[in-house]
Amino acid sequence: MAVPAYASPLERTWHYAYLVICGLIFFFLIAPIVVIIPLSFNAEPYFTFTEKMLSFDPSGYSMRWYDMLLTFGMQEPQVERSWSWWMDAWQHSTWIDVAKNSIIIGFFSTILATVLGTLAALGLSRPEMPFRRAIMAVLISPMIVPIIITATGLFFFYSKTGLAHSYPGIIMAHATLGIPFVIITVTATLVGFDHSLTRAAQNLGADPRTTFFKIVMPLILPGVVSGALFAFVTSFDEVVVVLFVAGYDQQTIPRQMWNGIREQISPAILAVATILVFVSIALLTTVELLRRRSERLRGMSPG
Amino acid sequence: MSDATMDASLNGPEPTQLKTADGLPLKVALAKSQARAKRRAFLLVAPLFLFVLITFVVPIGQMLLQSVYNDGFSKNAPALGQWFDAHPLGSPIDESAYAALASDLKQMKENRTQGEAGTRINYDVAGTRSLFTSTARKIERLEPPWKEAILGVDEGWSDPNLWRAMRSASSPYTVDFYLAAMDHTRDKDNNIVPVDPQRAIYGKLFTRTAILSLVITVLCMILAFPIAHLLASLPLAKSNLLMIFVLLPFWTSLLVRTTSWMVLLQQQGVINDLLVWSGLIGNDNRLEMMYNQTGTIVAMTHILLPFMVLPLYSVMRTIPPSYVRAARSLGATSWTAFRRIYLPQTLPGIGAGALLVFILSVGYYITPALVGGADGQLISNMIAFHMQKSLNWSLAAALASMLLGGVIILYWLYDRLVGIDNMKLG
Repeated sequence: MAVPAYASPLERTWHYAYLVICGLIFFFLIAPIVVIIPLSFNAEPYFTFTEKMLSFDPSGYSMRWYDMLLTFGMQEPQVERSWSWWMDAWQHSTWIDVAKNSIIIGFFSTILATVLGTLAALGLSRPEMPFRRAIMAVLISPMIVPIIITATGLFFFYSKTGLAHSYPGIIMAHATLGIPFVIITVTATLVGFDHSLTRAAQNLGADPRTTFFKIVMPLILPGVVSGALFAFVTSFDEVVVVLFVAGYDQQTIPRQMWNGIREQISPAILAVATILVFVSIALLTTVELLRRRSERLRGMSPG
Repeated sequence: MSDATMDASLNGPEPTQLKTADGLPLKVALAKSQARAKRRAFLLVAPLFLFVLITFVVPIGQMLLQSVYNDGFSKNAPALGQWFDAHPLGSPIDESAYAALASDLKQMKENRTQGEAGTRINYDVAGTRSLFTSTARKIERLEPPWKEAILGVDEGWSDPNLWRAMRSASSPYTVDFYLAAMDHTRDKDNNIVPVDPQRAIYGKLFTRTAILSLVITVLCMILAFPIAHLLASLPLAKSNLLMIFVLLPFWTSLLVRTTSWMVLLQQQGVINDLLVWSGLIGNDNRLEMMYNQTGTIVAMTHILLPFMVLPLYSVMRTIPPSYVRAARSLGATSWTAFRRIYLPQTLPGIGAGALLVFILSVGYYITPALVGGADGQLISNMIAFHMQKSLNWSLAAALASMLLGGVIILYWLYDRLVGIDNMKLG
């Protein structure tokens, strides 16, 4: 991306200006996410950098908001931090409670979305599949249809069928929202899939089950896992459906954040946000590694 | 392959028909195995299709039903229903009508449904809910003649518009909620008329949603183009590294990003502090960048930008750099080469990204709700308001159905132009 030798001075200037512009846009993308990390260690209940923070005075920083995440909702946060204190936090801390819910709901909806989505992607990628495009359009639509519409529909449907305020209801809804991601990623890995491999396996006497687990699965696994991660993130980040159909027992992390932002805006939210940023960094890294592995397996990239 | 075989068997003379080992003609055997393969493919998709049908298609169908169906009044006012059936529109509201009203009010009082019925009429004629509750409270003590008695409790019952509304609500099926969603109503003679301009809010809201989405789409386009170009022209190792700047926001929770923008845009927030510190603005006139349209636009542009960068990038990667070099060597300036050679080739990416960002932004809810304030709200926020606060579910469903219609048209367009199977994530 160097300036060609024949470029005029004006073009040279423009080239550097262009690089600066790109730098600013990258800054716009990343700065809002990075800025909350130091702010979550603010010793004061402010949403901006204090004098002490700017001069790197250790007393300007504290873990109090992280501590508050643990103690919020506890019965006796003041007592000495012994085994029973931690038991109390595990059982009564609001944020730990909603994190448990998020993980349970995320886990089951991911399993549901991944199993059903992978099977469907396998079917959809077969050349014989009838109405392929129309069916695909329906299966992808939960990603396109505004979430408020889905939530409204689910509210009417669930209140009639008794699924409202229940774990199965939320899990099913979140699975539906995650399915498009599974379909898209698995279909993408299946694009380069050589179907003669399955025929060869069958020719050599493998039954369909063996063919699937020994031949197909290892090749599409990266796509399946990234689809599953997408589905998990979708569920982990979903708030509108939870807002509409969840009961008191099924509150999730985003739901609790929503409360926190709307009602008593507290820097503890920034601590949660920081934790979530690190969760997303971990997930992103995993997906990137998988993508590269998948490309390498299919011989699409040299590295 | 199957076509070729079939053609040969149909057209050519067949001295010896090809047969499989089982003695079946080849054509039949092929058709059989084709059908089996089709069935197998379909069986793989069927479980998910059923699942999506139950958890997505049926609920949305239910919502569509709710937008034209509301039995809040009709099921609680059978006598009035009968009276309306027997007396066409324009009949005088006489003693028999009031008698029917009295009998219904009595029943409502018994079942405690006067609030429900009143609410349904209140959607149409504002301020009538209290009429139902207050009259039902006293109905036991009233005696015929009913007209005099009921009007004695409240003169409001003589309003012809109220009777028109009750007639309209005596059937559970109605298009009135769609009329309301389009800022129209009926007058006392049942003609469709626009509502008082002061109360016409939905048209404005739909327009605002469309305009804000367009602004956000254009901003995303302007911001995404240079960085997608840079990412596409750098060597893979470097661009993969820079890609993190796009993918990390993409993977970060929506609420986290919205929170960050709240932290940045607040009056006591980082950006204002920075501006005051640098002396660009005084401490007393800090900028209001949140709880208005600015907040919605900035935060949503940030959130949707990756959805523009990714399709643009995947298109730009496939454009051979030699085309621009060829144009340059033929004497084109860099601007001409960009405008006439490079830009036209990026159009599919621009189209895909713009449609996707526009579709996603017309339905946005969370970000406008948190940073939008009063004039940064979009149509989704109004739907949520009617679902949770005003509890006019049928109107919410009508608004949602209209939004859904718009999104489906855009989605269909996206499928035609881009193809949903070409959607890429990361």
